[in-house]
Amino acid sequence: MDPSAAKLIGAGLASIALVGAGVGIGTIFGNYLQGALRNPSAAPGQFANLLLGFALAEATGLFGLVVALIILFVF
Amino acid sequence: MAEPPGLEHVEHTAHDAGSGLPNPMHQFEIERIIPLKIFGFDASFTNSALFMVIAATLITLFTLYAMRNRSLVPSRLQSVAEVSYEFVANMVRDNVGTDGMKFFPFVFTLFMFVLTLNMLGMVPYSFTVTSHIIVTFALAAFIFIGVTLIGFWKHGVKFLKFFVPDGVPFVMLPLLVVIEVISYLTRPLSLSVRLFANMMAGHTMLKVFGAFVVALGFLGGWAALGFMVAFTGLEILVAFLQAYVFAILTCIYLNDALHMHH
Repeated sequence: MDPSAAKLIGAGLASIALVGAGVGIGTIFGNYLQGALRNPSAAPGQFANLLLGFALAEATGLFGLVVALIILFVF
Repeated sequence: MAEPPGLEHVEHTAHDAGSGLPNPMHQFEIERIIPLKIFGFDASFTNSALFMVIAATLITLFTLYAMRNRSLVPSRLQSVAEVSYEFVANMVRDNVGTDGMKFFPFVFTLFMFVLTLNMLGMVPYSFTVTSHIIVTFALAAFIFIGVTLIGFWKHGVKFLKFFVPDGVPFVMLPLLVVIEVISYLTRPLSLSVRLFANMMAGHTMLKVFGAFVVALGFLGGWAALGFMVAFTGLEILVAFLQAYVFAILTCIYLNDALHMHH
């Protein structure tokens, strides 16, 4: 196989990490909404935690994206 | 950095197939504005440095100008400055505690600097400094080293107990201590990669999708243009959110170093 083709396939495979980020972000916002609808008065106090969880979950997916970019542009 | 011949080939074919779509990575290129060599090191004044200077100047001018005639009933600009002050002050108070307020100036500077750099990057044709990992890594490494030093300065050798979790069976300890140490050492990496990857991925996405709007043409492009406007709004949200997360994680690390509770 052409090495550059293998590189593109590898970069594409590394992008699958974003699936996990999607699941994680969905879980965080879904659970936040669920909790917020059950107890709306407690919801604003947890907004900072929501954003923090969102950022932490998104970061794991973006690590995969960084791997893809390293494969594409460094090697 | 010399590009391997294989990559050039790939880029050219992608370029040709996309009917002249612009390279989405072009926006991250660093250009020397004033070439400068000091002791053999390349210390040129680049567009990255220019935008850092712009950000620092903007923050300084904004805070000075907004607070020039301080009044009890704040003017519009003064209330913007007060809101940003209170926002970061509450963040530090909630996450580090009142004894952490002596680190407030640092966190405020950090937050405003990262926020301004992220927001400047959203201006068309500008340069996003935080989309370069060396910048974010330098910030994160400084925070990491500083927080570790604060921990040892405050607790002495007892700070090492931070790596030993409470209430764990003795047999498990060797494994858990190793995991704790590794997770502590990856902090600067995750802190820097989070900001860098969010900025870089967001800006690349905007460029790639923007090229689609052009490719769709005058008739089909309008719907996609609305989509792009929404995406730009999302990117502005992300720009704020990442500055916020960067600052709040700094607060959490400071809290770990000052109070050591797990």
